[in-house]
Amino acid sequence: MIGASSIRKEGRAKVMGTACYTDDKFVPDALHGVTVRSQVPRGILKGIQFGEGIPWGEFTIVTAADIPGTNRVASVVHDQPFLVGIGEEITHPEQPVVLLAHPDRRLAEKARKAVTLEVEERPAILDIQASLDLEQVIYGTHNLLKEIRIQKGDPEAVWASAAHVIEGEYRTGAQEQMYLETNAMVAVVEREAVGLQVTVWGSLQCPYYVHSALKQLFGLPEGQVRVVAMEMGGAFGGKEDYPSVNAGHAALLAWKSGRPVKVVYDREEDLACTTKRHPSRTRLKTAFDAEGHLLAIDVDFVLDGGAYATMSPVVLSRGALHSTSVYRCPNVKVHGRAVATNTPPAGAFRGFGAPQSLFAMERHLDICARKLGLDAVELRRKNFLRTGDTMATGQVIREDLDLGGLMDRAIEEIDYHRKRTTFAAANDSESPIKRGVGLAVFMHGCGFTGGGESYLASVAGVEGLADGTVSVLAASTEMGQGKNTVFAQIVAEALKLPFEMVETAEVDTDRVPNSGPTVASRSTMMVGRILEDAAIGFKQSLVQQGFLKEPYTTDGFREAVAKAVATLGSVKCYGQYHRPPNIAWNDATYQGDAYPTYSWACYAAEVAVDLDTYEVKVEDFVAVQEVGRVVNPTLAAGQIEGGVAQGIGWGLWEEVTMKQGCMINNQMTNYIIPTSADLPQIRVVFLENPHPAGPGGAKGLGELPMDGPAPALINALENALGPLRLDEVPMTPDRLLGRCEEVAHG
Amino acid sequence: MAKQITLKMTVNGTDCVVTVHPFARLLDVLREELRLTGTKEGCGEGECGACTVLMNGRVVNSCLVPVVQAQGAVVVTVEGLAQGERLSSVQDAFLTYNGAQCGFCTPGMLISATDLLNRCPNPTEGEIREGLAGNLCRCTGYAKIVDALRAVAADGGAAR
Repeated sequence: MIGASSIRKEGRAKVMGTACYTDDKFVPDALHGVTVRSQVPRGILKGIQFGEGIPWGEFTIVTAADIPGTNRVASVVHDQPFLVGIGEEITHPEQPVVLLAHPDRRLAEKARKAVTLEVEERPAILDIQASLDLEQVIYGTHNLLKEIRIQKGDPEAVWASAAHVIEGEYRTGAQEQMYLETNAMVAVVEREAVGLQVTVWGSLQCPYYVHSALKQLFGLPEGQVRVVAMEMGGAFGGKEDYPSVNAGHAALLAWKSGRPVKVVYDREEDLACTTKRHPSRTRLKTAFDAEGHLLAIDVDFVLDGGAYATMSPVVLSRGALHSTSVYRCPNVKVHGRAVATNTPPAGAFRGFGAPQSLFAMERHLDICARKLGLDAVELRRKNFLRTGDTMATGQVIREDLDLGGLMDRAIEEIDYHRKRTTFAAANDSESPIKRGVGLAVFMHGCGFTGGGESYLASVAGVEGLADGTVSVLAASTEMGQGKNTVFAQIVAEALKLPFEMVETAEVDTDRVPNSGPTVASRSTMMVGRILEDAAIGFKQSLVQQGFLKEPYTTDGFREAVAKAVATLGSVKCYGQYHRPPNIAWNDATYQGDAYPTYSWACYAAEVAVDLDTYEVKVEDFVAVQEVGRVVNPTLAAGQIEGGVAQGIGWGLWEEVTMKQGCMINNQMTNYIIPTSADLPQIRVVFLENPHPAGPGGAKGLGELPMDGPAPALINALENALGPLRLDEVPMTPDRLLGRCEEVAHG
Repeated sequence: MAKQITLKMTVNGTDCVVTVHPFARLLDVLREELRLTGTKEGCGEGECGACTVLMNGRVVNSCLVPVVQAQGAVVVTVEGLAQGERLSSVQDAFLTYNGAQCGFCTPGMLISATDLLNRCPNPTEGEIREGLAGNLCRCTGYAKIVDALRAVAADGGAAR
């Protein structure tokens, strides 16, 4: 079962158009909720005016003063209000201030524009440098959402004596997740004998995050809040933390109106106000000996987190922990800071900080190779981590690791050496088309960072149904990655049953336990492992209670489950995460096993640049990775291909343009994601190496493909064009033209 | 209240009569009046293709079509591709090759793919990529969608 390309469980509903996404849910008598936003990056809210020409008496209107519980969104740090109240501070231009609901969606939209806010404006901080310079103090005492330091050895003792010291600065832009389904939420609030009963159905990755947020917003106990995940039209991290906000808004309107409320963002609103990938600036200083061995790395890693912390502390952590990439180095210092700005909060996006720091390091290595007179491939090979090596946090590589072999496979697939030679010759001609090939080697930590998995202590289970089939109980959501299918495969394998005998239960907090958020490449490896344990426990209890005898047939198992359910009423077995004994993490010192394991990869890209238009075409792309054992090869390849496409978009085209803290290209027309015509075939290779921590040997893979494309592409671009200041993504035609002119003008 | 008009359409082979605002979008009429929610809104400006339907045999972005223009039209949505429970060859290939991940672009993609294969039964990879360039997908990198279309073409086309 594990290793088979089983067909996606919900695939049939998706191709027939019957899969039910949030806005597809038919809700009689629903009101349409809209949000009035702050419009200015910073100031004090002095008043709210409701303009003329709107029948305000027909509207449900909610402001901060109405909130029954705590006006703070439950998150890593409880710093963000659901709504800004009068007299309170506005900290970014898309901040929610007033909620309106009406049966007529068009009238609700018209009314939104008729509300004006009186604001006493204050000077705003709009970028990383202004925040670091403390031009204004807008968050805490130093504008820091989080600061991290990692130290191994002493880089300061190395600089003076090293043969080569090379410094660089690298930048990456914000990126929009651009899930095809915008954020959407339906809420119903009933007044029952025990008190309020709040229910939301939505497009969300993490049902129990939303559950916590609603409990805190209404001041309700566990049993009076219910969250149901609908079919989800993509997420990529963009529906990790934001749904706590819009679920709260929908529920507030439903509570005040006494009617069901739908809040469905249009694309412009979704792009303008929801979280994006953190912009970054990384300064690197590296020391090498005469042969090219790394002696010291100093990393100064800064993320722009926007106005509130959201996921920034953990995004920073993952970014900092990936900042030295896949290299052994005796002396490392990492200083990571997530700074506040008066822009909409950044948040989770596939890769979660790692793409930013890995872009810097993997670009820097190519630049170092050129300065050292070495081939970039050979410089990497000299410095790869090997089994037994120690990473910056003191984590020892215990698994068999052959990064050289991984890289060689990618080199062979893309024909790296021959292309480097032939392109070099051809690029000397008068043709405006210049070609290049480049690569990046990288890793992605599987599961939550540091002690996160121990803190979550996730629970998942297996339930027998009356018809003798088996249901998977987990709060992990399906966002297209294939969770329904892979969980069923894992449980079917553990129970030696056909795939068709296992289904996943609807993700409803009244039915499924908290298996943790659907993030961090953790569902297959972490939740899957818990399910494997739960399935085995389920079978053992059937045997112990005399319902089942081993060995059994499929029919025998089905009859045993049906009989057990008929006799006992309900048959369930839960498993829980247990920290493996050889894993330890100290969050105070940032020492220990940052992740239980890593997935490893080498991505290689071939590009053609047209020096008449400065357009970059990706001609070939090879993605070689080691992700443990592959549970479902077709779905896994789909994850890699989709991640690579997003990585190519981030590297070349996807630019979030900001003005006074607002995204001004907040339409699909002018925020450019790749089409089918923009992409090459993406050639995916899995090198399997089963890992004992995952179910059937599987590791995480969802985020990995986001990490490698940008540095591989820009390295290929440098190979095509020669030394330019290619230190930033997206490398749009406009930006590339500017970089070429820098050289032309000396 | 704005003036309403009554108009007729044939949707997925069924004659329908709707009374709506003349400037209502075909997309909203399909989703809200006829409850054919398979057709999706991704952008509302004709950029993403999630709302693609066939109108009188041609692909249109239903978010850009005022319903008054659909008076008397023959419309096919994703719900009209299968024969009862029997999937069309394109739907079947999307299922087999994992052409649908989150599934939100899928209804529009299936309509465009069906139209492409009807017009061009044996497309090259380049023709497939150009032919689907009006339908954005954020999950797949288009690889498995291209695989699915090639398989349909190799197996005798969309009309199977």
